[in-house]
This record gives sequence, C-alpha cells and structure tokens, in this order.
Amino acid sequence: MRAKGAGRTNIDRFLTLLRVVLLGLILVGVLAFIWQQIDPGNPFAKWTHEGEEARRLSGAQFKGLVVSGLSQGAMYGLIALGYSMVYGVLGFINFAHGEVFMVGAFTGFIMANKFDEAGWWDGAIFIPAVIITVVVCTLVATLTAVITERVAYRPLRGSPRLIPLITSIGVSFFIQNAVILLFGPGAKSYPRNPDWLQDQRTLGIGNFEIVTLKGTQILVILVAAISMFGLWWFVERTKTGKAMRAVAEDKEIASLMGINVNKTIVTTFAVGGAMAGIAGILWGLLFRSVIATTGFLPGIKAFTAAVVGGVGNLGGAMVGGISLGSAESLAPLTLLEPLGISGVTQLKDAVAFVLLILVLLIKPTGLFGERLSSDDRA
Amino acid sequence: MTAIASNPDVTPELEHVKKGAFDFDIKAATKSGHILGLALIFVCLAGMPVGLNDRMLITPVLSLGYLSLLWLPLLLGWLSGNEKVLEGMATTKRGGRDIVRGALIGLIGGLGLSLLIMLLDWFDLRDPLVNWSPQLAELLHFDRSYAFGWFAWPILCATLGALGAGLHVVGPKLRKALVSTLLTVLTFAVFETFIVDIFDFLDDLIYDKQGGLTVISAIIIAAVSFALSLFGGGRAISGARASYRAATGSAKTTQTATLIFVSALALIIIPMVTGKITQELLANIGIFLLLALGLNIVVGLAGILDLGYVAFFAVGGYTTAVLTSPNRGPAWPEWFPTLPWWGALIVTVIVCALVGLFIGAPVIRMRGDYLAIVTLGFGEIIRILFLSDWLGGYFNAAQGITNVPAADFGFAQVKGTDPRSVFYLVLVFAAISIYVSWRLERSRLGRSWMAIREDESVAEAMGINTVNMKLMAFVVGAVLASFSGAIFAAKVGSIFPTSFLILVSVIILVVVIVGGMGNILGVIVGAAVLIGVLGGPKQPGLLAEFSEYKLLIYGALLVVMMLQRPEGLVPNVRRSRELHQDEFLQDAWLKGEVDTDDDDPGVVGDGPEGALA
Repeated sequence: MRAKGAGRTNIDRFLTLLRVVLLGLILVGVLAFIWQQIDPGNPFAKWTHEGEEARRLSGAQFKGLVVSGLSQGAMYGLIALGYSMVYGVLGFINFAHGEVFMVGAFTGFIMANKFDEAGWWDGAIFIPAVIITVVVCTLVATLTAVITERVAYRPLRGSPRLIPLITSIGVSFFIQNAVILLFGPGAKSYPRNPDWLQDQRTLGIGNFEIVTLKGTQILVILVAAISMFGLWWFVERTKTGKAMRAVAEDKEIASLMGINVNKTIVTTFAVGGAMAGIAGILWGLLFRSVIATTGFLPGIKAFTAAVVGGVGNLGGAMVGGISLGSAESLAPLTLLEPLGISGVTQLKDAVAFVLLILVLLIKPTGLFGERLSSDDRA
Repeated sequence: MTAIASNPDVTPELEHVKKGAFDFDIKAATKSGHILGLALIFVCLAGMPVGLNDRMLITPVLSLGYLSLLWLPLLLGWLSGNEKVLEGMATTKRGGRDIVRGALIGLIGGLGLSLLIMLLDWFDLRDPLVNWSPQLAELLHFDRSYAFGWFAWPILCATLGALGAGLHVVGPKLRKALVSTLLTVLTFAVFETFIVDIFDFLDDLIYDKQGGLTVISAIIIAAVSFALSLFGGGRAISGARASYRAATGSAKTTQTATLIFVSALALIIIPMVTGKITQELLANIGIFLLLALGLNIVVGLAGILDLGYVAFFAVGGYTTAVLTSPNRGPAWPEWFPTLPWWGALIVTVIVCALVGLFIGAPVIRMRGDYLAIVTLGFGEIIRILFLSDWLGGYFNAAQGITNVPAADFGFAQVKGTDPRSVFYLVLVFAAISIYVSWRLERSRLGRSWMAIREDESVAEAMGINTVNMKLMAFVVGAVLASFSGAIFAAKVGSIFPTSFLILVSVIILVVVIVGGMGNILGVIVGAAVLIGVLGGPKQPGLLAEFSEYKLLIYGALLVVMMLQRPEGLVPNVRRSRELHQDEFLQDAWLKGEVDTDDDDPGVVGDGPEGALA
C-alpha cells in the first residue's frame, strides 16, 4: 500500500476515475430504475431503450428476485465459510474448495437417485431419506477436503504463498475431471422433490402476504442459518474452536501453548468441507441438476463472497454470500436493464466479478475488516 | 553436526550398511501397496484400460490400455527404493531387500485389482459409475477366465514392482541402458502416427497392419537401443553436454550460436518433409508457445500469477477478426476499416497493450493471491462480454465471427488449410518473442522484475518503481499474447467465445510451470512436450487417444510438479534457488562455502548459468 502523503501517480488518478465511474454507473442505474418504476415512459428510459417504454418490475417479481438471491446467497455463504477458515489458518486460497462442494452435490445426486429407485424420495419417508443423504454428503465432502489437505497441501506448508494456490488449481482440475471420467460428462438430474417441498408457499400475517417462495428455498435458508449458528458455536464456544482461532492468530505460539497445529488444520479443512457438503446437497435440492463443472463458478463466487465480507471473518462470509447472491440476482434487472443493456441475465456472472473488483478497489479489507494471521501483517 | 562441517571430506566415504531381505519398514510398504491398489482401481474406473485398449503398442502383446495399468506398479516399485541420502549418514546396500519390498507393494496393489474383479462380478454399479462394464471385467480377466485374472494381476504387479525396485539394485550404467531401452521402444510404439508421417517407409517395415510394433521389430529396437546406450551412443551425447557445460567465454558463445542455428535450420526443414499431421501439430505448439512465452514474463519473471491470461488471447483474436472479416457483426459503423492481416496485427498489438494497462492498473497493488482471482474474474468478464447479446451486434455473440481471411503476404498466404504456412508464421513470431524475452531478462527491466519476484518490499527499498515495473510485465505479456491471438484468428478462420475458456489460461500455466518458470528454454520444452504430446484445450496432440484424459493429466501434473519439482523440468537457476533456499544454504554450509557465523546467503556467489540444471 502506498504511504499517505506520497505523490499521486497516474495510476492513482486512473483508479480514482474507475471508482467514480463504477459508483456513478450504479447510482445512475438505481435512479433510472426508480424513475422507471414510477413512470415507465420517462424520457431517460425512452432514450436508453431506443424510443420504447421500459418494462416495469412488479412487486411479486421483485420479491421473487430477492428470495432467489437470498437462497443462492445462503449457499455461497456456506461455501465461503470454508474459504474463509482455510485462508485464516493457512493464508492461501484453496481453489479446490468449489470442487468439494461439487463432490457434495454429486454424492447427493447418487444417494437421492438410489433412494428414488427404492421409492423413498416421496411421502413421509422422504424426511429420513433426506437426513441420511445430508449426513452422507457431508461425510464425503469432509473426506475429500481432508484427503486433499493431506496429499497436496501439507507437504507445502511454509512454501511461498503462490505455490499452494497453484497446487490447488491443479487439485481442482483433477477432481473435476476425475468426476467426469468416473460418472460421465452429462448433467445429472436429481429426482423430483415431493410436492409439499416443491410447491410455492405464501408467507404472511393474516391476509397480508409478505412473500411467496418455494418450499426448497425456505429449506435452504433455514438449513444455512442452522449450519451457520452451529459453526459459530463450534468456533467461538468449544475448545477445538479456540485452538483454531489460536492457530489462525499465530501457528508457532499456538504450538508452544500445546495445541496440535496439524490436527487443528485438518479440523479446519474438515469443518469447511462439511459446510461445502451441506451447500452441495442444498444446491441439488434447489436446482435439481448437477454436473462436474458445477463447483467451479460457485467456488469462485464464494471466494468473492468471502472477500466482500472480509476474509477470515465467519459472520462476514455469510453476509458477503447473501450480498453477493442478492446483487447477482437483482443487479441485472434493477441496474443494467434500466441502463438500456439487453440480454442482462447473461451478465449475471460478470456482475459477481465486477462486485469483487469494486470491493477490492474501494474497501480491500471487505465489509467487516480482515483478520490476518501474523505472516500477513508482517 | 559441527563435526561434519569441520570435516567435510569424510562424509562421502562412509560404508554401506547391509540389511536382511525383510528388514524394511513393512508398514510404509503396505501403505504404498494400498496407494497402488487404489490408483489401479481408479484408472480402471476412469475408463482408461477399456478406452485405450484398441490402440495397440506391440501387436498382439501389449495395448495402450494395459500399459495404462502396468506402468503404475513399475513406478511405485522404483519410488519405494528411493531413499533420502543424507550428508554424513551411511547408506544401506542395495539388494534383495529392495526387490522384496517392490514385490510386496506390487502384490498388494495387484490384490486391489483382484478385489475389483470380484466386485465387478458380484455387483452392478453401472448406474453411477459409467465404466463399470463387462468389457472392463473381460479386460481384467485377460479374455480368459475369472480365476486366471484373479491370480494373474497380483503376480504380474508383484513382478513389475520387483523389476521397478530392481532398477536400484543393478549398477547405474545398466539402469540407464534399461530405462532408455524401455523409453525408446515405447516412443516408437506410442508415436507411431508421427513417425510414419515423417518416415513413410517405416510403416510396413516395423509396424503391424493393424497398428503397433510387431513383436520382432520391438525386440530388434530394444536390442539396438540397449546396445547403443550401453556401448557408446549415450556416452557421445553426455560427453557433448559435458563439454558444452565446461566451455566458457567465446567458445561457449560459438557453441550456443551453432546450436541455435542448427535447431533453427531443423525447424525450417522438418515441416517440408513431414505430412499435414505433423505440420498442424507444430503450428499448434507454436501458438501455445507464444502464449506461454508471454505468461512466462508475467508469472516467471515478475512473479505475478495471472489466471486470466486468456483475456489477452481473446482480445487479440477478436480484434484481428473484427478488423479483417466481412462477417464482423452489423453494429460496426460504415467507416470502420477492413484491413489486411498485417495491418490488423499492428492495431491488435496496440489494443492488447491498452487492455493490458486497463486490466493491470486496478489489480497491480493487490496481494498475489487476490490478484490471481481478480485476473481470473477479468478473464471471465471478457469472455462473457464477447458471448453476450448486449455486444452481439459487434461480436455476433455465440455465433462468433466467421470468414476471417487468410493472412496475405503477397508471396505467401497463411491459412488453416495449409498448416505449414501457419507454422512458418508462428516460427517468425516465436523467434521474435524468444529474442525479446531473452533480451528483457538481462535488461534493467528484467532484473527489476526478478527483484520484485524475490521480495517486493526489498525491491521497492532498492528504488525500483514496483508498480510501473509490474504494469510493464502485464503489457509485455499482453503484447506477446496478441501475436498468438492474431495468428490463431488467421489459422482457424473463425473466432468463437468457447475458444477462450479459463481452461486455456490454466493449460498455459501448466506449460510454463512444467517447463520451468522464468526459463525460456524450459517454456519451449514445456510447450513441445505438453501441447505436442497431450494437446491443447481443443487441439489434439500426438496421443490423440488421450484427449478424454488430457485435462485429468494436466491437473495431476500441476500437483505433482508443485510437490516434487516446483522449479520445472528445465529450471531457472535463480528461481530454483528461491524455491529451495533452505536446502541450498545447507549444501553450501556443508561444503564449507558459507561462513556459518552470519547467515548471509550472498557469500555463495552466483555460479554459472546451468550449474544446478
């Protein structure tokens, strides 16, 4: 970082310009959206849409976008926890974490399919079947995370920071293609969820409807909240969690205090993997389709979420995930469309990356600041 | 320890310790055996044996499918015998002990396959596992009976494990001869299409009609290469290498110049005598070599991990296509020019340099790992933009830009249907890029990059403007990628967003890392070996059968290289010192080259280039 008081270079000017332009565009987009909601035929909308009127977003549509953003964001948040914890303890981005999530989703597919063949994926027996599936997915994802740590990352402890990052890219590639070879390249569809889970439900007080959403979306948000609470309890209230925080703070001093650093790191990977596994099965229940490349983009977006919330901060990861999910689902229709950009849903993924760049440009420590280990502070 | 340091000449003369045949770490050997078994089962279920079984290597004895299993016990047997030789510690004498250990590992691994044979018989798991097929069972039975396969695999794997371990027992000279014989036969068998493409007459002479070497020719090739490497041949090569290493001053310059001249001449002549397959292959290698050389400057010299390097390739390709093709999309204004290829190239280079500046400026101050992800994000953003309907009027979205005309130079036309011309064009640009990289490496700029790579804070303290220097690396890398993009557009004749996946970035990264980060020769070797043998993201290599398994192998290679040899096949001296600083200092300390009182690595002195290679 440049010291304060040093001369401004052209790059600083360029970056300031970039910040102003990006924030300005967001502001104009929001204002244009509000104006278009009030009056779809306003001159600005006519200008951006080449003479035609803009489409107004109905209240139900808007609520739908918020809900889908929330449920997707909850999953990003669950994956982001793993990134955040590993980054806090080992100081490197575990690129392969997205694949752990994918392995969870794939295991869920296999289990669900087998249960469906046995007739268990419906009716009252669905609930125990889902619980078994979640447990197995979590176990398999945890195992994957622990094995990668043992095989690929442990021998690299203490090497330059980029070396484990490059290794994790290799691991990610390997897992992804191993799954393609073992289970075939096509997309796999989860069996149909029971109706009571799939149906649209309206939540409200009396006759006043607040929001309409799918049962699976409620499930996702609920499970994510429970897992998040469980993790918070584990990290903040148990002895193992204390050990994890100590190792994240300073490995050497932690080991002097009698903490088994290796074991703690494995625990970190295991817990992160478990969260990714839960996210995987939730993804499967929500989108009902999984493919070997499922893990790649959500993985990177989850990292973005971790950065948005502040890497190393667990609450931040969850908030970051939800902000990213909402931004991704809302921004195309509420920011880009009013600006006259066509085919906005295609730009969904780009929104996530622009958000990452924006956060790093404006507040590199993320929303909730960053807890850095001693190596980073130096 | 101090006693060793004060008497450094005593260390190598310690006697070998003899141990009994079963006096080894049985637990560790069992563990390796289990790893071998799991690896064998994984290879089977990944479908390699069945998928590659049609490709014969030695007809009718060995197919590529069986080879995909058989090399594993051999390798693990060999690895089991690798012992860390510590300075000043006695080594154990090689003998029956190694062989027994290798055989045990092979036996356990083979039993893994026997287990798989039983499971294949009992259960039908074809639903999730696509390769759980009767063909696999038959292949594992050697087309004979169930029981035959059950017993044959443990015996076969134990034998191979023992043979692999046995390589430690035989003397180094014999070992070298055996390994080179094996490699020669395999090279002849695996690269059949390539060899036949160059030497037509060999087709009937040594290869069977259905493909693969005949047994007799395999034996003859083995015998000849064994004899050659044992009595002569090999020695001539190693002698020449030694004399090249030993040469100094003007003698070395002359030798280097001759070497470069000869290889350049060879590269010019080879495409004239070979068929289209080889020319196409060479052209692909060249295109990826250009990319790898550019990434080498960014990653290898300046130490910036750019995962979105494909963005520059994409911008290069699209700019050239837009400027030359008549089908460039309806939204471009009337006055927008259509240029010949070389004119478009100039614009492409400028555009790419600007994009390099634009992408580089926001990311340059970020920490290394954030930078990696953000560049990856830029790579995706650029691809998404080219693919989007929003800019579809300019870039035709998913339909891509077709009808990119051939590059016309008056005396020659460079187009995809004539891979030889593409290769010559690539050769010219590769030569330019190599020269530029080579000069840059020794320039003030290159030295600043290397200083930044080693320690950014120190570099800044030494008065290097790190931000500008890093930005320069981005721009130079972008310009080299733009060459590649421009040639790619002319070669393929159409540009689609799917040619520019993140996958391309990763494959180029693997090429640079496997070859040797920061070393031009390493990058050339990496591109030739990886793109040549395995192939690019969409382009087939020599092992066209491997296209399905290519990406898996790339991923595994990246991990293995990072764990075992992060400096690459042809390491850069300075870089490998950075990576192995501890060991390097320890060696120097043991040799008494470093004063142990102050921990100053500077005393070691910069040896001649290639001293560690």
